Amino acid sequence: MRDVLPGREPVPPDGTMGVPQARGRFGEYGGRYAPESLVEACREVDEAFRAAWADPGFRGALARLLAVYAGRPTPLTPAHRLSEALGVRLYLKREDLTHTGSHKINNVLGQALLATRMGRRRLIAETGAGQHGVATATAAALLGLEATVFMGERDIERQALNVFRMRMLGAEVVPVTAGSRTLKDATSEAMRHWVGATGDSHYCIGSVVGPDPYPWMVREFQRVIGDEARGQCAAELRTGVPDHVVACVGGGSNAAGTFAGFADTPARLVGVEAEGGAGAARGRLGVMHGCRSLFLQDDDGQIIQAHSIAAGLDYPGVGPEHAHLRDLGRARYVTVTDDEAVGAAVRLARTEGIVPALESAHALAWVIRAAGDGDLPAGSTVLMTLSGRGDKDASTLKELL
Amino acid sequence: MTNPTLAAGAVERHLRARRDTGRGLLMPYVTGGITPGWTDYLRAFAAAGADAIEVGLPFSDPTLDGVTIQRAGDTALARGASTRRILADLSGVPDLGVPLVASTYYNLVLHDGPEAFCAALRRAGVGGLIVPDLPVHEADELTGAAAAAGIELVLLASPATPRPRLAEISRRSRGFVYAVSLMGTTGERAALAASAAELTERIRHVTDRPVLLGFGISTPDQAREARRHADGVVVGAAVMRRVLDGAGPDDLRAFLATLRQALDQECD
Repeated sequence: MRDVLPGREPVPPDGTMGVPQARGRFGEYGGRYAPESLVEACREVDEAFRAAWADPGFRGALARLLAVYAGRPTPLTPAHRLSEALGVRLYLKREDLTHTGSHKINNVLGQALLATRMGRRRLIAETGAGQHGVATATAAALLGLEATVFMGERDIERQALNVFRMRMLGAEVVPVTAGSRTLKDATSEAMRHWVGATGDSHYCIGSVVGPDPYPWMVREFQRVIGDEARGQCAAELRTGVPDHVVACVGGGSNAAGTFAGFADTPARLVGVEAEGGAGAARGRLGVMHGCRSLFLQDDDGQIIQAHSIAAGLDYPGVGPEHAHLRDLGRARYVTVTDDEAVGAAVRLARTEGIVPALESAHALAWVIRAAGDGDLPAGSTVLMTLSGRGDKDASTLKELL
Repeated sequence: MTNPTLAAGAVERHLRARRDTGRGLLMPYVTGGITPGWTDYLRAFAAAGADAIEVGLPFSDPTLDGVTIQRAGDTALARGASTRRILADLSGVPDLGVPLVASTYYNLVLHDGPEAFCAALRRAGVGGLIVPDLPVHEADELTGAAAAAGIELVLLASPATPRPRLAEISRRSRGFVYAVSLMGTTGERAALAASAAELTERIRHVTDRPVLLGFGISTPDQAREARRHADGVVVGAAVMRRVLDGAGPDDLRAFLATLRQALDQECD
C-alpha cells in the first residue's frame, strides 16, 4: 500500500495553514495534552510567541540572523540531468546549503531568539538524526545559551558525526536508553526533563509536534522555506507555481514549512514518509508527546516503534497539521522504503553532484517512482525540498554501498 | 454552593468519610500485570490499611514517569499486559473494601474511546481514573463519558498551576484532588519537596475535597510530613522499586504498614 488517499483536487484553501483554531486545533488534531506541570510553561511560550511574531523588531532580528548567519535565502536549483532522465522538471529547494546543513536551523534560530526574549538561559532539545541537536547547539553558542540535547542511544551510534559536532559546540548530549532508543524516546525524555526545568529552560522542539503552540510555531518558523520557494518558482517557472510540491515527513517540519508557501495555490502537496514510520499514511488517532494526532499503534493502543534507515524519519507519529491536511485531502502522504531512499541518494549524487540526507532522499525516491509509474505526468513541474545534506549518513551508507 | 458530600461519587464519599474520622489517607500504586499473580498485591495493600488503591494501566510512552514506573510498565508490557487483560484480572478480585482508581495515559483512553473505556473500568469494579497527560482544559471529552459510567475522573494540580486554574481543577476533579508535590516526574526523592506544602495550602483554600499528595513520597517520615499538609499520600515508585526487586505481597504489606503507622501517628 503506497497511498492512503488518492490525489484529490485541492479543497478551497481558505484558512488552511493559517492560525490554528481555538485551543490549538487543526481540525480535530493538535491541542495541549501536556501534564498539568507543563501547561503553564506552554501558555508562556504561546503568549511570548504571539507577541514576538507580531513584533517587527523580533521578525527583523530573525530575518537578519537567517540572512547573515544561516545563509538564507537558499537557492532553488534546477536538477537538469535528473529531470531529463525522469521526464519531469524537478527543482530542489536547497535547505542542505544552510549553516549546519539542514532546515532545522530556521526553527531553532526563531526559538532561541524567543527563549532569549523570555529570559531563559538554557535550551532543551530532542534529536533523532542529530540535525536538530546540532542546530540547537549552534544557536545556543551563538546567543550565549546553554544547551542540553536528548538523543537515543541507537541514534548516537549511527549519527556519531553529529554527536561530535554538538559536543564541539559546547552542548551536553544526554543518551536515552529507554524503549527503542530513538527519536520517540528522546522526545519523552526531553519532556520529562523540561517538567523539572521550566523556570530557566526553554524546550526547543524540533518538529511540528508537541503541545500547542509548538506545531503552529515551528511551522511558522519553517514557512520561510515555502515563502522563498514560492517567490523563486514565480520567477523561474512559466506557470508561476509548480504542479507538485514534495517533501519528506517524519514529524513533518520541512514539509509543513514548504507546504505553507503553497497551501493557497493549486499545487498538489505530497508528504513522503518512511515505510516503517508512516504516521500520516497508516497511523490511528491518538495522543502522544502533547498532541492529538495520528500514531502507529498496536491493537492494545501501545505506540509501535518506528523503523527507518533515516533517523530523522524514525518517528511513529506525525504533526497534527499534517493529519488535518490529510483528512482535508489537501495533501497526500505516501511511503518509500529504505532501499528506495538509498537508491535515490546515490542517484542524486551521481546525476547532480549533491549528496542528500537520507531523510530528504525519501522525497526524491517518491519523485523517481512517481515519474516512472505515471503518477507524475511527463512534463510536470516538481518542487522538492532537499531538507539536509548527507554527510551525517556517511557511515550508514558506507556499510550498504 | 451545593452540598459536596451529596454530589460526590463513591470514591470521594469513601475518602471523605475516612478523612473525617481524622485518618491520614494512604493510596499505594501497583502497575497492573507486573507479575503473574499481581492482584495479590491489591489484597496485601488493603490488609496493610490502604484507603484506596491505584492500578496503573501501562503505556509504552509514559512521559510523566521516572525510571522506576517506566521500568515497571515495560516489564508488565513485556509480560503481555494490556488494558483488557488487567481489567479481566480485576474482575476476578473479590471486593477489597477500598476503592480502585485506575491511572493511565490518554492514548489508551482514546484508543477504545472514552465511553467504552470508562464502561470497561466500571465493569471491572474500578471507581476512579487518573490521566496525567489530560489537563483540565482538554478533559471535556472524557468528563462526560466518565460521569455517565460512574467513574470519578481525578484531576491533577501542580506547583506551577496558577490560582484560577487551581480553582477550576478543584471544582471539576472527582474523588479527590491529586496534588503533584514537585515539578518533576514520578520517583523516589530524598525529602518531601518544599513546594508540597504551599500547593496543598493553595488547594485547601479553594476546595474541601480530599487532597492527596503524590510524586516522591517514599518513606514513613515523608508520609508523616505530607500528612501535616494534605489529607493523605499516594505512594508509587517506592512500592514498585520493591516489586521490581522481587518483593512479594507480604513484603509490601510490611512496608505499607510502616507508612500506615506513620500516618496514624500524626493524628495522635
